Amino acid sequence: MESLSNRAKKLEKKPMTLAERAYLPAIFQGLSITMQHFFRAATKKQVTIRYPEETRPFSPVFRGLHVLKRDEQGRERCTACGLCAVACPAEAITMVAGERKKGEQNLYREEKYAVSYEINMLRCIFCGLCEEACPKAAVYLQADKMAPPRYERDEFIYGKDRLVEPVSPDNRSKRGIQLTPEQADKLRGQMQTA
Amino acid sequence: MSLESLGWQGLVVLVVFGVSLLIATYCTYAERVIAAFLQDRVGPDRAGPWGLAQPLADAVKLFTKEEFFPSGANKALFIFGPCLAMITALMSSAVIPFGNVLKFGSTEIHLQGIEINVGMLYIFGIVSLGVYGIMIGGWASNNKFSLLGAIRAASQNISYELAMGLALIAVLMMSGSLSLRDITLQQTHTGGWHFSDIFAWNVFKQPLGFIIFIVCAFAETNRTPFDLPECETELVGGYHTEYSSMKMGLYLFAEYVNVFVATAVMSVLYFGGFNYPFQYEFLDFLNKAGLSPDWAHNLFVLMGVVAMFMKIFAGIFFFMWVRWTLPRFRYDQLMRLGWTILIPLAIFNILLTGGLITFGVIN
Repeated sequence: MESLSNRAKKLEKKPMTLAERAYLPAIFQGLSITMQHFFRAATKKQVTIRYPEETRPFSPVFRGLHVLKRDEQGRERCTACGLCAVACPAEAITMVAGERKKGEQNLYREEKYAVSYEINMLRCIFCGLCEEACPKAAVYLQADKMAPPRYERDEFIYGKDRLVEPVSPDNRSKRGIQLTPEQADKLRGQMQTA
Repeated sequence: MSLESLGWQGLVVLVVFGVSLLIATYCTYAERVIAAFLQDRVGPDRAGPWGLAQPLADAVKLFTKEEFFPSGANKALFIFGPCLAMITALMSSAVIPFGNVLKFGSTEIHLQGIEINVGMLYIFGIVSLGVYGIMIGGWASNNKFSLLGAIRAASQNISYELAMGLALIAVLMMSGSLSLRDITLQQTHTGGWHFSDIFAWNVFKQPLGFIIFIVCAFAETNRTPFDLPECETELVGGYHTEYSSMKMGLYLFAEYVNVFVATAVMSVLYFGGFNYPFQYEFLDFLNKAGLSPDWAHNLFVLMGVVAMFMKIFAGIFFFMWVRWTLPRFRYDQLMRLGWTILIPLAIFNILLTGGLITFGVIN
């Protein structure tokens, strides 16, 4: 039968030569190989990522922990329209809407806002459909944070206290800036090569 | 022997004891780091800088683990096994000369625990007792795997001790002495170009004997490729299957002490012990540098201690290097290698050495 790849090597069972039977040359060969690895490990950068100090870089399109964005003036963008909750295939999002009172214009962007907004991280499948559904660019999945493990199931229900990003612009999530089409193409390219 | 020199000798014994424990402790760390590097990994680097406190962490772990006694085990023997393994491992370093004689005026300190003229026999006697620690532990565990491991250890040690002894006879024929200090001193070269000092080492006069000796040393210390007594793929953990906490630790520790002693004996017998190249140039240099004769001599001797320990560390590194390179032998291959290859080779080596001595090629 014709071989498919022509790469198969035909092996013949020959009696071992004296050098092979003596076993020692083979040992020294093996020792030299491991020694090369020893010096490689001792001198070159190792492939190991020392976890708490170093982290494996996330993909730029990674969908991690949610964030509720503020606008340029630090007002919450969410208007509690409920489109994210409708879009959510895992039914992880619940919210209660409320009306903005007088004097709260610096807190909430529009007249309606979310009094409570909860995402159950045990239900969430991190598909990002809420992000796509949001007409106000309020909810985003961060590319650099994961929902951390907890001991109690209650602690996985994230309320506004843990979802809304801090007021100080320096501490805000980098995610949520609208991408230009070129940037989006670049990200897609990175995702394909990664 | 005066009371003062007895005191100094006691101090030397304590230091040797402490040093062999310290080296065994850090062997556990070195083994893991070397294994990691040979396999392109990082190894322990969490406890302390570069993971140097790892042995301490291991000790705490072992001491706080549950002490487990299998049902039906002979409790006294079960405890006695690891003790014996450790005692015999530690006893054998007593006769190894780690250095020459230090002089402080009229006080002379031998850097050797006990100087006896049958040092080699003493080491052989103690090392062959070491197998009882494994035997008793394996037997007292009341477990098939432990017993199999113990039996393997016993038969392996008996087989390889023969070849080892025969390989050593060739060295003893050349030295004419069983004292390890005499054997070391005979490997000193005086006169001529002094780098040729190293050609006075027995490894150049007894290459075949050295290979036989080192193979047997691997088997005697139960190290890979001859670690069949604790062959985990077949015997769970071998003779220490049922052991936990520090009793287990003692077995593992005894193995490293044995490795230390084996490499120390190897450097004394084959690598010139505390001799080092250019040693007499160094002594001349120290004398000319204006030091008092005592201090020049002491520095010269201390360099010898350093040389001895460098040889020991190189040997330990080699043991670990081999362990993480070679796969384990099959048991029948191990026995065939011992009885049909190493022993005839060792006898041939004795005949060869005898012939060369008779015709005056070597002295």
